[in-house]
Amino acid sequence: MNTKTVYRPQAGLTEREYHYCPGCTHGIIHNLVGEVLKERGLIESSVGVASVGCSVMAYEYFDCDMHQAAHGRAPAVATGIKRVRPESTVFTYQGDGDLASIGLAEAVHAAHRGENITIIFVNNAIYGMTGGQMAPTTLLGQQTTTSPHGREKAQAGEPLRVCELLSNVPGATYLERVSVHDPKHVRKAKKALQKAFDIQSGKQGFTLIEFISTCPINWGMEPKDSLDWAVENMIPYYPLGVYKDMTKEDDDA
Amino acid sequence: MLEEKLIVAGFGGQGVMLMGQILSYAATHEDRNTVWIPSYGPETRGGTANCQVTISDERINSPVVSEPDSLVVMNHPSLAKFENKLKSGGSLFINSSLVEQDGIRDDVDLYPVDANKIALDIGNLKVANMVMLGAYIAVTDLFDKEAIFKVFDELFTGRKEALVALNRKALEAGMDAVSA
Amino acid sequence: MSKVLMKGNEAMALAAIKGGADAFFGYPITPQNELPEYLSHHMPANDRVFVQAESEVAAINMVYGAGGAGARVLTSSSSPGIALKQEGISYLAGSEIPCVIINVMRGGPGLGGIQPSQSDYNQITRGGGNGDYKVLSFAPENLQEAVDLIKESFPLADHYRNPVMVAVDGLLGQMMEPITLEETEKTQAAGKKEWAADGGYGERGYRNRIASLYLDPYKLEEHNLKLKGKYDEMREKEQRYEMIETEDADIVFVAYGTMARVARNAVQMLREEGVKVGMIRPISLFPFPKKAFEALPERTHSLITLEMSLGQMHQDVQIINNGRYKLDFFGRTGGVVPEPEEIVEHVRAALKEDA
Ligand SMILES: Cc1ncc(C[n+]2csc(CCOP(=O)(O)OP(=O)(O)O)c2C)c(N)n1
Ligand code: SF4
Repeated sequence: MNTKTVYRPQAGLTEREYHYCPGCTHGIIHNLVGEVLKERGLIESSVGVASVGCSVMAYEYFDCDMHQAAHGRAPAVATGIKRVRPESTVFTYQGDGDLASIGLAEAVHAAHRGENITIIFVNNAIYGMTGGQMAPTTLLGQQTTTSPHGREKAQAGEPLRVCELLSNVPGATYLERVSVHDPKHVRKAKKALQKAFDIQSGKQGFTLIEFISTCPINWGMEPKDSLDWAVENMIPYYPLGVYKDMTKEDDDA
Repeated sequence: MLEEKLIVAGFGGQGVMLMGQILSYAATHEDRNTVWIPSYGPETRGGTANCQVTISDERINSPVVSEPDSLVVMNHPSLAKFENKLKSGGSLFINSSLVEQDGIRDDVDLYPVDANKIALDIGNLKVANMVMLGAYIAVTDLFDKEAIFKVFDELFTGRKEALVALNRKALEAGMDAVSA
Repeated sequence: MSKVLMKGNEAMALAAIKGGADAFFGYPITPQNELPEYLSHHMPANDRVFVQAESEVAAINMVYGAGGAGARVLTSSSSPGIALKQEGISYLAGSEIPCVIINVMRGGPGLGGIQPSQSDYNQITRGGGNGDYKVLSFAPENLQEAVDLIKESFPLADHYRNPVMVAVDGLLGQMMEPITLEETEKTQAAGKKEWAADGGYGERGYRNRIASLYLDPYKLEEHNLKLKGKYDEMREKEQRYEMIETEDADIVFVAYGTMARVARNAVQMLREEGVKVGMIRPISLFPFPKKAFEALPERTHSLITLEMSLGQMHQDVQIINNGRYKLDFFGRTGGVVPEPEEIVEHVRAALKEDA
């Protein structure tokens, strides 16, 4: 090939090239998070926590202090960081296996304690890194390597909706679900991130932004088709929008 | 006594794993000992994939192939990675559609096979691996084509049954490519 | 019975079905994923239970429940996941619940890597859970031995009412080799477990209770001594090993699993050079096969432990040695599988030094 990739680092990110598969939306989400932290002037005082999943190497990409947590434990690690460094901006970056399965307790309890941290939750309805097993978020009927006949309700339950679930946790301050399948939604997602980090800066408590994401490799689709699949199948089950906003209630009061 | 150690390497998606497995299946049918080991994990994502196959009439101890008797490379990066491992006097099969021949070691037997082109002529680029497999069995004389056909029949069943004919054709074309 | 070519993880999964596993609980982790993937299809197809748990912590506790209710239960994982399961394993041992655990080891510590390793020997034989407990553990060197041991592990677990672990390194999980599996229908039915707390009070006439809590120290001591009795029985009956060309050996390797296979080549190569080398291949890790060392000939003067770790089993060799032999160690770690030549080189260098 005679094309050459000229890599220009995005705001808030290192020069390391992503290892993500072609068409995977992990990259866009990284870009957005880096951009918002940079624009808000927070990147230098930020501490990120990478989880275990395809984004395990996120600690190489975000241009700030980073921790790498054990599988599912990122919110606990973030809690530790934030408690001793309350002035820094602390965020976790977690997949749906990491957060909604093995780490659900950590996520719920971080919210429950009202930890002043931000969770970037990337929901691609599958375990990417380990090769496409069923996640708690896998849709009914969706085939994965551990639901070879499609997820069945009787066997594996219905997919877990994290924003809806956490909206019942009193300690959570702000919860929003966004998507990055087109420029309009990318802009909206960026606004959500700004809001979340502003809340953290204002010491107003726990924030979580859920991203509808794709996994073309394990869904067995071309990148473009996987975006369409996410829009047609995931968004109806995981509607976009704000699930909780305690800052509003504060204003109203 | 027969003992053959082989490395098959290429891009993920070129079917190098399957090619090695087919040899191990054929060996199992003939009640020979065999071990197949893959490279696995993120290293196979986007990059090169390879598998190592040992076939022997004796018990197979170390499963790792450090000095192969034969090397099949489907793309250029794989040549760079494995060329020096091949034992002196070994057989080197290259997919000459993608692998440059200049500067290859001269102490090995080189078998260039225009596998991509042959596969495309047959009608599907995906069977380039079977073209290489054909060349490999023709040169090494490890298995006759019926032995490989038998594996095809077992592997390609149900919805995949239609692939049997295509793969047979590719195997034969690969055999022809080195006997000409 | 003709042989079939299978991938290690799938062969072990099938062996568990043949061994009579009623239920599987697990959580994905490389390099053992093909095992639950295979079972997700084949357990339900055989009217057995398959559940993908939300974590290894949950999985091992599901094993506790199902095993305590009398089922033959399997879980599988790899090193970091086994680390998470340690608490549960301690509870299983304490409450005397049988189960089978397959451990497909990868490099550590921490997240480590996903390439084959034997660096969890201490985790397997000493355990990370609390209390005086032991896990009967086996380490096969090829797939045939792995499937045979897995089938055997279910009745052994039931006999001892204790977890049994079959530990392989990632290479065995990922490789394909021909195996034979006897066609035994829903093999080896477990039989009724009189102790199981399975809701059978009415029929049984007495209550069963699964617990590891003994607040009275004398009661707990009594319980621990009872457990020790079982571990002593394992030490007596379950030491398994293979002696390879030891009859006339001056130098004896001690190696298990994939490392033993690599070392077999090194034994051959060194013998061709006239160096009289043999090998003890432990098959049971706990109990450590002491008896093998008692069977060595007079002329043996050195032991060299070989491991895909920095020397964990070597500590057991040191304990047994008690000053009798000259000891040496060679290992690769982090997921590196050594080549036989490296071992040969190591021995040559050691011989030179001695000369
Ligand atoms: C204790 C433990 N168990 C299992 C694993 C294996 N593992 C690595 S990533 C992963 C799931 C990742 O899925 P997700 O969080 O959805 O992220 P994605 O890869 O899809 O981005 C698992 C199960 C591990 N590393 N540690
Ligand atoms: S496996 Fe899926 S989630 Fe992981 S990098 Fe590839 S596309 Fe993205």
